[in-house]
Amino acid sequence: MNRHHKMDSADRQNRLDGMAQGLIGTDVPRPDGMAKATGTATYAAEERREGMLHGVLVRATVPGGRVADVDTDALAKALGDDVTVITDARLLQVPAQGTDGKAPPQGPDLVHYVGQPLALVVAPSFEVARHGARLLGIRYEGGEEGHFDPEDDATPTELRDKKTVDIGDLDAAMAKAAHSVDAVWRTPGHVSAAMEPHAAVAWWEGEHLTVRSALQMLKFNRDELADALGIPAENVRLLAPFVGGGFGSKLGISHEAVGAAIAARQLGRPVRVVLSRQQVFEAVMRRSETRQHLRLCADEEGRLTGIGHDCLVSNLPGQDFAEPVIQGSRFAYAAPNRHLSLRLARVNRTCAGSVRAPGEAVGLTALENAMDELAEAIGIDPVELRLRNVPEEDPTDGKPFSSMMMAEVLREGARRFDWQRRNPIPALRREGDPRREWLRGMGMSLLVRGNILDEAEARVRLLPAEDGAPVRAEVETDMTDIGTGSYAVLSQIAAEMLGLPMERVTTRLGDSALPPSPGSGGSWGAGSSGSSVYLACLELRTRLARALGCDEGELTLRDGQATGGNHSRPLAELLDGGTIEAVGHIEPGKTAKERRQATYGAQFAEVEVSRHTGEVRVRRMLGVFAAGRILNSRTARSQCLGGMTFGIGMALSEELEHDPRDGHLVNRDFAGYHIPVNADVPQLEVHLMEERDPWANPMQSKGIGELGICGAAAAITNAIHNATGARVRDYPATPDRVLAAMAVAN
Amino acid sequence: MQTPLKTTLSINGTRHEIEGDARLTLLDALRDHLGLTGSKKGCDHGQCGACTVLLNGRRVNSCLTLLCMHDGDEVTTIEGLGTPDTPSDLQRAFVDRDGMQCGYCTPGQICSATAMIEEIRQGWPSHASEGLEGEVAPTPAEIAERMSGNLCRCGCYPNIVDAIADVIAEEGP
Repeated sequence: MNRHHKMDSADRQNRLDGMAQGLIGTDVPRPDGMAKATGTATYAAEERREGMLHGVLVRATVPGGRVADVDTDALAKALGDDVTVITDARLLQVPAQGTDGKAPPQGPDLVHYVGQPLALVVAPSFEVARHGARLLGIRYEGGEEGHFDPEDDATPTELRDKKTVDIGDLDAAMAKAAHSVDAVWRTPGHVSAAMEPHAAVAWWEGEHLTVRSALQMLKFNRDELADALGIPAENVRLLAPFVGGGFGSKLGISHEAVGAAIAARQLGRPVRVVLSRQQVFEAVMRRSETRQHLRLCADEEGRLTGIGHDCLVSNLPGQDFAEPVIQGSRFAYAAPNRHLSLRLARVNRTCAGSVRAPGEAVGLTALENAMDELAEAIGIDPVELRLRNVPEEDPTDGKPFSSMMMAEVLREGARRFDWQRRNPIPALRREGDPRREWLRGMGMSLLVRGNILDEAEARVRLLPAEDGAPVRAEVETDMTDIGTGSYAVLSQIAAEMLGLPMERVTTRLGDSALPPSPGSGGSWGAGSSGSSVYLACLELRTRLARALGCDEGELTLRDGQATGGNHSRPLAELLDGGTIEAVGHIEPGKTAKERRQATYGAQFAEVEVSRHTGEVRVRRMLGVFAAGRILNSRTARSQCLGGMTFGIGMALSEELEHDPRDGHLVNRDFAGYHIPVNADVPQLEVHLMEERDPWANPMQSKGIGELGICGAAAAITNAIHNATGARVRDYPATPDRVLAAMAVAN
Repeated sequence: MQTPLKTTLSINGTRHEIEGDARLTLLDALRDHLGLTGSKKGCDHGQCGACTVLLNGRRVNSCLTLLCMHDGDEVTTIEGLGTPDTPSDLQRAFVDRDGMQCGYCTPGQICSATAMIEEIRQGWPSHASEGLEGEVAPTPAEIAERMSGNLCRCGCYPNIVDAIADVIAEEGP
């Protein structure tokens, strides 16, 4: 028997708080930690199959046109018959977007961007396949047309008018405002840069395909791959028990899985395809660059009268995804006049898609810079300005908030960071002595991110005591753990609900044959999959209560002992040698539409800036976060550390550079695209606040995986201003830009 | 086709004779020929450090060196440092401090840290050191500087620094 729950009303039962094992919310270590620390956790490319061949993809060197001819002569001459070239029409042009569930555009004969994979060279060894890929001769025809600069007047753009918000009269509000800010910010393209490059090992057994893969969302991915290959989804099995990071880059199927599956079919042997790091950069999703025009206006007391946020982003022709930059500006602050719009430019650059916290990551950053400028213009403290503009309801559609901790995180953060020590006058203006090289400054930003619940199923099994081993539980779902802590959190929920120590729960993930989940993405993983585990456990508890002779509400399960209604018996006795199992099934419902659900954070940074070189060092950084019930304080904290670290990269060093002549990605590896290294990141401080959100899910938790990046960079650039007086509005704040802005400011 | 080359070397204390393509990197030899997949390939260009192993006691990026250059050498990989049942102090500390999320960079971090602690003990200075002479104080800044050849995208740096500092504190300088 199974347990289904649709989230149509707030959950006031708060059952998790009535549990007795004492695990939920605690800092339980990851059960998979030791496997990772000893190198025994295996990732996609590490699948070893008898007779496996190796494939290397060949990239387009032009940004458009069609493939006229593929010349294999040089390859055949050098490498002989061992090498196969695959130019199957089913190869992908771009990866699938997250949750698409169907094949992305296919057909390698049409070129849309430099770096698009056009063919797969397969050989007995990686070295030979790589050699062969270099020898393949591709002749192109046509393709002189193309657009490479989103801001060029000739580049076609379209207004995403369904996203437009137009409330009141912003122009009039700006005109009569006591204080205002009106400026343009730019953020460059970013990449996820997960440390594990995309990899797939594919093999066929009759009509059945199995792919060991690096993917975030197996339920959708299975449909995408089946659709791409033209086979039934039930013939496809995906395995991804360990995934070396995702951050959006592995949401949809990509070139390697499709290429490996086609080659394995054609050659009758298992085939492995791993993208090179350069291919991950140029053939997987990038976060679009943004141009953001911010207008803020306020009255004498610092109450916002208007918010304008008009943005330009880009993507390939035909792609529907447009970086939702204005998402957070809908509800971050109260203001009677509001104009938000999003325009999409069509350029021949690498496909744009989801990179950690699409929308808020870049949108809140610029908004929070503008708020800092407004606070300065008004002459009030930046924290105080934000506190004066806490919305009482969603200011765009009038929905009540499910629960909201905006003021609390701001106040707690200011207190913990000792924000009162900040001098509002930039250090450079205070300290005339040029012999003192390093200027210190403090900055802060608000973080917001919408919360999402998605349909999920999980199976939980309670196994009897056997051969001296005690009662234990198994959790099964196709959910992935991309570093987020799914293994820990799902085991923890089951252990709490069933009254078992952590080590007596085993969680199996990353197999598309297991009950379907929405996977890892959009910060919905723990809330959605966790709720399905919770429901399955609730069903098991109901059955155990019946066996014991009490109601579920009276049942206490702890350390393998069931107590309730004047009875107390070991679980082993209640099970009586049998196994019981249930599938939990959560569905989003009315609460998603009736309430604005969001998570909040406040970040505070202290930086030093070299007055001579413009170099910025982050010396101290604090993040205070509220995301409903925290399920595991250790993995939640780590997620926040990750978001904050992404924020440091966005603020100071990360920037995709495209050649203006053909759009090609110039810095397509870690030598040119600088993610933060250890020395760039101080000992970050994270504080998680207590909150329950009954509208989010039955566990009253909200997603936390992306919150840490949503505005983080602004805390740093605002601190740069507090140190130097400089406003860097073109990200990242590299030394050259900081120096130039310092010259303008002083 | 290339004529295979034979290389004989010691890996985690066991002698191995590997026949492979002259272009075979030490990393691919470990992963694909010996099944020692604990060493990871993150960039294949010496930019990320996920492939870090100990070569005759010193840390190297195994993707940047060819197998055939290592006849007679001694290599230690993450598998040689400890197992789930008998982990090294650093492996234990990385679990205790959550010095990992996705886990892909973790073996490289731990191999790198293993050699790095020894470098500090031997008094090798770094950019973060007070001076070129004398003992090196294992401050967070010193550890962070010396671990900056190992990228982590999940953002575990503060936890990695804590894990390493724990081990240095336990074992003494």
